[in-house]
Amino acid sequence: MTLAVLNIDWQTLADALALGGIYALMAVGIGLVFGVLRLVNFAYGQLIMAGAYALAFASQWDLPRWVGILFCFGVVLALSVAMDLLVFRPLRTQSPAVMLVATFAIAFLLQSIALLAFGPLGKIASSLAPLNRPVTISGVDIRKIAIVSIVVAVVCLLLLQLLLTRTAVGLQMRAASLDFGTARLLGVRANRVIGGAVLVSGVLAAVVAVMLTVQNPLVTPDFALRDTIVVLAGVVLGGLNRPIPATLGGFSIGFASGLLGGALPTNQSQYLPTFLFAAVILVLLVRPNGLFTRRQQAERV
Amino acid sequence: MSTLAVDKLEVRHGAVRAVRGLSFEVAPREIVGLIGPNGAGKSSTLHAIMGAAPVVGGDVTLGGRSLLGRRTEDIARAGVALVPEGRRIFAELTVEENLRLGLAGRRGGDGDGFARVYELFPIVHEFRRRSAGALSGGQQQQLAIARALVAEPDVLLLDEPSLGLAPRIVDVVFDALAAIRESGLAVLLVEQRAQRTVALADRTYVIANGELRLTLGPDDAGDTDRLVAAYLA
Repeated sequence: MTLAVLNIDWQTLADALALGGIYALMAVGIGLVFGVLRLVNFAYGQLIMAGAYALAFASQWDLPRWVGILFCFGVVLALSVAMDLLVFRPLRTQSPAVMLVATFAIAFLLQSIALLAFGPLGKIASSLAPLNRPVTISGVDIRKIAIVSIVVAVVCLLLLQLLLTRTAVGLQMRAASLDFGTARLLGVRANRVIGGAVLVSGVLAAVVAVMLTVQNPLVTPDFALRDTIVVLAGVVLGGLNRPIPATLGGFSIGFASGLLGGALPTNQSQYLPTFLFAAVILVLLVRPNGLFTRRQQAERV
Repeated sequence: MSTLAVDKLEVRHGAVRAVRGLSFEVAPREIVGLIGPNGAGKSSTLHAIMGAAPVVGGDVTLGGRSLLGRRTEDIARAGVALVPEGRRIFAELTVEENLRLGLAGRRGGDGDGFARVYELFPIVHEFRRRSAGALSGGQQQQLAIARALVAEPDVLLLDEPSLGLAPRIVDVVFDALAAIRESGLAVLLVEQRAQRTVALADRTYVIANGELRLTLGPDDAGDTDRLVAAYLA
């Protein structure tokens, strides 16, 4: 088996940028919660799965498109808040290992609930399908969702940047992820900051759910599971401690994944995750603190 | 403005009794010093006041209301601000962002912003756009005190603010504390520099092994070192 010759066209590039954008949003969503709780939320993919089911049901019930999207946001946010109140808050003082295992449990629980309630065959979310059709820009066919994903990702990241730098709660989130003890000494309320991070992370999960459902309208219980694992690799690749490196890591792995997925012949694309994870291992061997962290920064942590 | 009262405080870290039946009060417009050797229980007392040390007996009250059992952030929001040992400023954030974090503990509206602390510490104003990590140790200490004052607390606690500072900067810090007292705050100052603390404070308590050993007034400053040494021998 030989490595396919990379023949990258504009459409593949657009799709790869779009996937990079989506993965960057997921990476930020995971990174925000990690910052304030020192917790990698393995159930993040299941939040997205729940949102995708919401969209599938909305299209089954023939609800208007925007109602379906609102429903998706409602379901994902409600689930995020429930996760914070029922699991993160009671377990916050426990060791990180306990919380980590707890998020594994939530992930399997939600996946099993989806399997029991909606069956293994999945549902089709068809109402957003028109976004999957191409538009022709100066002779190049590009799927609308690729353009929408890139724009939405950029807008979300800019809004998040504004939130983190310009608002009191955003500043408190940054301070809490640097030194929670000192932040609390100054009167920063732990519940508010963690709740805020979980909520923002939930909004991002809902956005991602919409984007991924357009790309892949067949919603199954393991929806977004593979994406989450790839993003987690990307977050580790970039450096988990800081939001910007984590975002870049998520983008890079999404972009690489999209590019390789488009360039490899179909019969070889099943090996794509293998190549990605091999690349991640190699990078971490060379730069254990992550690809995008400055050395001095990483040492201080 | 309210009085901070520590009443028969007992703090225990596992089997170690860090504070044993310590009682004192800090009233508005007053500086109370707390000196003693390493491990005497000074920091444990401060942490107990902030709800961050295991209190097994006694009480801590602010204006007559107990602070025990409340969360650290709620104690901060009730009007007690701690300038922690080692300053603990956010080096990755700007000076101004550090000050904005101090607003988290402020009760009521936004007040007059940072004008008062800028007046007290001109250097903090001058460097407000810089990264806090780029400041010198003395400047960081001024920032840490300014950040605590932004919350407009009733009580200011300081844990060894002069540690590692050049003598000239220690003067700046101690002058600032005198000015802070004039503005009506109750100040509790934990220090290693015994003589300077006794000279500045209205009362200074010498503690060792978690117990009160000696109370000194400003007039004792001349002979402090010998006095303290005698009691701690």
